[in-house]
Amino acid sequence: MMRWKLVQRPNRAIHARARLSLHNILNRVHFRHKQDVPSVCASAPGAWAARVAATLALAIGMIGVLVGASPAWAEERFITVASTTSTQNSGLFDKILPAFTAASGIEVRVVAVGTGQAIRLAERGDADALLVHHKPSEEKFVADGFGVRRFDVMYNDFVIVGPAADPAGIRGLNDAPAALARIAAAGQPFASRADDSGTHKLELELWKKAGVDVKAASGTWYRETGSGMGATLNTASGLDAYAITDRGTWLSFNNKGTLAIMVEGDKALFNQYGVILVNPARHQHVKAKDGQAFVDWLISAPGQAAINAYTINGEPLFFANAGKLGS
Amino acid sequence: MSDLADAFAAAAMLIWSLDQDLVGIVLLSLRVTLTAMAIAAVIGLPLGGALAVFRFPGRSAILITINALMGLPPVVVGLIVYLVLSRAGPLGALGLLFTPAAMILAQAVLITPIIAALSCQTISGLWEEYREQLQSFAARRGDALATLLWEGRIALLTALLAGFGRASAEVGAVMIVGGNIDHVTRVMTTTIALETSKGNLSLALGLGIILISLAMGVAGGTYALKLAAERQRSA
Repeated sequence: MMRWKLVQRPNRAIHARARLSLHNILNRVHFRHKQDVPSVCASAPGAWAARVAATLALAIGMIGVLVGASPAWAEERFITVASTTSTQNSGLFDKILPAFTAASGIEVRVVAVGTGQAIRLAERGDADALLVHHKPSEEKFVADGFGVRRFDVMYNDFVIVGPAADPAGIRGLNDAPAALARIAAAGQPFASRADDSGTHKLELELWKKAGVDVKAASGTWYRETGSGMGATLNTASGLDAYAITDRGTWLSFNNKGTLAIMVEGDKALFNQYGVILVNPARHQHVKAKDGQAFVDWLISAPGQAAINAYTINGEPLFFANAGKLGS
Repeated sequence: MSDLADAFAAAAMLIWSLDQDLVGIVLLSLRVTLTAMAIAAVIGLPLGGALAVFRFPGRSAILITINALMGLPPVVVGLIVYLVLSRAGPLGALGLLFTPAAMILAQAVLITPIIAALSCQTISGLWEEYREQLQSFAARRGDALATLLWEGRIALLTALLAGFGRASAEVGAVMIVGGNIDHVTRVMTTTIALETSKGNLSLALGLGIILISLAMGVAGGTYALKLAAERQRSA
């Protein structure tokens, strides 16, 4: 490849930096010629081609190293678990996963999204196990052949939170649908997940029981955030709106503002989590053995104890109940 | 105001204590973004230069496309790369989803059009100026392109910097294809999103301050490089 020396044309305004560069290269070349010193810039075409090739090779080599390099802490043996934001945001995984990894040598990589999205990830084979909280969807997942078998793992409950001033007057009610009906009647702002998550599915079931058509109210008092639990709580906190949240996320949430728990204790607010191994017959690459080890550990005595041991300010976030409710 | 003060305090604390997790997150962010930038440069610089120097049918269409793709939404890139790398997708067998390599790929796709369009702009200016001269040497266009890319290398740093900025700031694409997995694919922006959703606003903003400082460092380094190059030439 040839490289051409460029001579500055003084009568035309050119790119200042380029002008500087060309001008000086030419000066240097000129100087070197006078001194009879071999010049890099004026070297033979072959040398320049070699230089370009070397630069390219270096760049590609660097990319190779960077893409291939794996961080020192990443273990070779790992499984991917699709789970919900509530389990991650509540800090549960940070607490219990190290115990499993220590016992089994298997690293657990958690992708935390809404239950709906987690199930779709698993259906596409992008996870080895599924830990979510909407039993009807989980049972459908297994029935459709995507999962091997569903096991109960733990439960907690949902709570309805709202501004301390409680303009809808629902504080202390123990009937969730009745409370929602009052919010709707008062036209007070309510922040909905609206992201097809387990919490959102439950919320829609409660609205149905309350006989309120929230679709019609969308954009007025009914605000659909379309985002995760934490983001929705941030919105509710900013708007002084009511919202439904799982207790785990609520307890570990640090931007409550004036929000406080208004309604709790209704059986309809029960929140069951289940774990399912993705069916290796459906997706051959699923790490069935290691995934099963994770499922087995979660429902074993040590796993259940680890779940119960996780508390915030002395209050437990999840209650282990494997094998108690059957499935 | 106290929230902002808390954020700066949180940032200072994180940097001061040299938190191991934070160091890992920062290093991963840099590794992912710099690699994506290198890939985008290897593709984007010659592509942009070629569009400036060569004339061929369909050139305008490509130019318009590349300019339009500068505004590619990261979530859309993330979604496309996800569908390609997903086990059910065409490259699913590689098992790259939820790895840093997937994030690198997504960011490279995101910023290649930016680097190509900006370098096309730069090389166009140079080509207009030196076209007659290069032609008077009977330079083939390919050689002219190589010459201009080399001569314009300092000006082209700006294109690379724009790409770096875009890649290091985006969260939509890496969130989808990386999955924000702790110690594996968690980078600065996804950590900020996560801490925000936990309601740890000061910590999130503190991380944001560190991210901005990093960007300042890279921009400052580039500026110093340019300055040094210019000084060397005028010396």
